[in-house]
Amino acid sequence: MPEDSILEVRGLRKVYRVRASRADPGPAGSALLGHPLARRQRARALVAVDDVSFSVAPGQSLAVVGESGSGKTTVARMVVGLERPTGGTIWVSGQERSWRHVTSRERRRRAREVQIIFQDPYSSLDPRMSVRGCLDESLRLHFDWGRERRDARVAELLDQVGLDRRQAESLPRALSGGQRQRVAIARALASEPRVLICDEAVASLDVSIQAQVLNLLSDIRDATGVSYLFISHDLAVVRQVSDNVVIMRRGRVVEAGPTASVLSDPSNGYTKQLLAAIPRPGWKPTRSASPDES
Amino acid sequence: MSVLEIDHLAVDLPVEGVLRRVLHDVTLPIAPGEAVGLVGESGAGKSMVSRAVIRLLPEGAAVHGDIRYAGDSVLAMGRPALRHFRTHDVAMIFQDPRAHINPVRTVGDFLVEALVERGERRESATTTVTALLASVGVSDPERRFRQFPHELSGGLLQRVMIAAALAVSPTLLLADEPTTALDVTTQSDVMVILDARRRERGLAMLFVTHDLELAAAVCDRIAVLYAGLLIEDVPTGDLRRDLRHPYTAGLLASRPDPVSPRRRLAAIPGRPLSAFEIGPGCPFAPRCPFAVARCLSERPELRDLDTGRVACHRAEELRGQLLSIATPGAASA
Ligand SMILES: Nc1ncnc2c1ncn2[C@@H]1O[C@H](COP(=O)(O)OP(=O)(O)OP(=O)(O)O)[C@@H](O)[C@H]1O
Ligand SMILES: Nc1ncnc2c1ncn2[C@@H]1O[C@H](COP(=O)(O)OP(=O)(O)O)[C@@H](O)[C@H]1O
Ligand code: SF4
Ligand SMILES: [Mg+2]
Ligand SMILES: [Mg+2]
Repeated sequence: MPEDSILEVRGLRKVYRVRASRADPGPAGSALLGHPLARRQRARALVAVDDVSFSVAPGQSLAVVGESGSGKTTVARMVVGLERPTGGTIWVSGQERSWRHVTSRERRRRAREVQIIFQDPYSSLDPRMSVRGCLDESLRLHFDWGRERRDARVAELLDQVGLDRRQAESLPRALSGGQRQRVAIARALASEPRVLICDEAVASLDVSIQAQVLNLLSDIRDATGVSYLFISHDLAVVRQVSDNVVIMRRGRVVEAGPTASVLSDPSNGYTKQLLAAIPRPGWKPTRSASPDES
Repeated sequence: MSVLEIDHLAVDLPVEGVLRRVLHDVTLPIAPGEAVGLVGESGAGKSMVSRAVIRLLPEGAAVHGDIRYAGDSVLAMGRPALRHFRTHDVAMIFQDPRAHINPVRTVGDFLVEALVERGERRESATTTVTALLASVGVSDPERRFRQFPHELSGGLLQRVMIAAALAVSPTLLLADEPTTALDVTTQSDVMVILDARRRERGLAMLFVTHDLELAAAVCDRIAVLYAGLLIEDVPTGDLRRDLRHPYTAGLLASRPDPVSPRRRLAAIPGRPLSAFEIGPGCPFAPRCPFAVARCLSERPELRDLDTGRVACHRAEELRGQLLSIATPGAASA
């Protein structure tokens, strides 16, 4: 792989075995009416990700854009190591990901390098643990530090994501959605990762809070030099946080390049459609070219 | 005259046995054929307004003020009148169509039933509904008729719901985030159809959304809700050209643009408050960069200002200044 990338994926592919059902319903309503045919399970190959390649340089931000089901989350899960690729290669800091007997020590080392935050921080935070406890736990897992050093680092992390001391003692349920997302970001930053994957991390936030978190992400990148793999369906948000962009459709990359030029002068028809569909000043809805699906 | 008048609406809902305020004061008239976008952040009370209009509030809700449809108080309607209102005058489209359609009935039965219930003959109802499906861009209506909801994609099902809403020939459409669960290209398709059919039939619409730009694209007026209070009501054409309320200006500035160059977003500090959390003054005061002492103690009333209404003590004085904090697109749009 090229020397200058922190994360590189080539020819990434993921095939799931699924039961033929919803997309291939058989006799109308049979699944719901308990028709015997509905229980005849045929396995079918679902290609979720197909020949995806990209690379991210240190301190750079790459966005992966696509509509629901296009394979974005599957890419993220493979990069972070939660899912094993059917094919292709992933390099992190120049080292090829191996999928054979990964020791827990190796898993921790990988977690130090690549962290991920999700759309809904509530489900990924322990409801019984305070913000401080949650950050402290992450530090204990990744570093061999004494109490004092950890406390200092917790304070620094809280400060970095704009949470105050009072909020540090709160349980997740006492925090707003935006605050919870800040906690998730702080926890991800605790291990000092080289790459932070954000999977629809601002999608469920109110627009005023979304703006705060987008500004926060850009400040953190300036301060720490972390790289982002920023996954989103929202081209406006992507314009704000990424240097390069990959547009995915049905598991495949349809266009890639510098964000500014792809968005100001898209060459792919689907990218144009996506862009034309984003409400913005002076915008009117138009029919997309896509035919009536299912 | 207005087709709908929401008049000093206030709503309390029971939370753990005590009533909690979710709407403080909403006054909003809608003229026949007019589309009004009700926008605001999560928890502002948008859905409560639309549900109050058809009296679909949670059990135990206390409603104050009045809601009038064609001059008649909806709140005072007895059962038969309310039933007639819901089946003939008003139709609602929800964010999640799957939660509002019976999964074990076919799409055809679902559509025809509403008309048959109103006394229409089955054959004529079928003809009406088939034509409607075609008009909302559903190809092969005969096949769709026999399908079940789970066999349709979200966008297609939402178009079926629009057809269902139009089938009863209402004069007022209530749409609560009808496209929020859809992909953007599907959203665009659905909005084109909703907009065209609404205009063609001259329907009035209350369009509830958190997306200011989306509302601006299809509505004549924008009403902004914050912490259960209506804080601005402005013709869409003036929304950007003539900013009058700091919160509306802040909302516009918060949203990045996919094509203009990257810039730091002018984020509003703090978080949106719920109705029950606000103090005696302006609900936006804790986050407002222009707040003065009066803003903390005295609630600004919603008052007329030129082409719209605004609730801000400093609206006249700030009018010229707000443009500078809004998006770069502001001046040109
Ligand atoms: N059943 C209920 N009982 C008590 N409070 C409720 C109930 N439903 C909603 N609320 C509260 O009423 C307020 C307004 O809710 P509403 O659903 O109208 O908000 P909204 O503006 O539609 O938000 P969103 O954009 O998230 O849909 C919120 O504070 C909410 O927590
Ligand atoms: N664990 C799984 N088993 C089977 N199919 C899956 C699984 N995870 C995702 N898929 C399928 O893979 C495709 C891509 O999904 P996903 O990566 O979640 O898309 P996105 O994040 O872009 O919405 C979809 O068709 C989805 O249904
Ligand atoms: S009344 Fe005061 S606090 Fe409220 S929006 Fe106007 S200037 Fe800001
Ligand atoms: Mg996803
Ligand atoms: Mg709502």
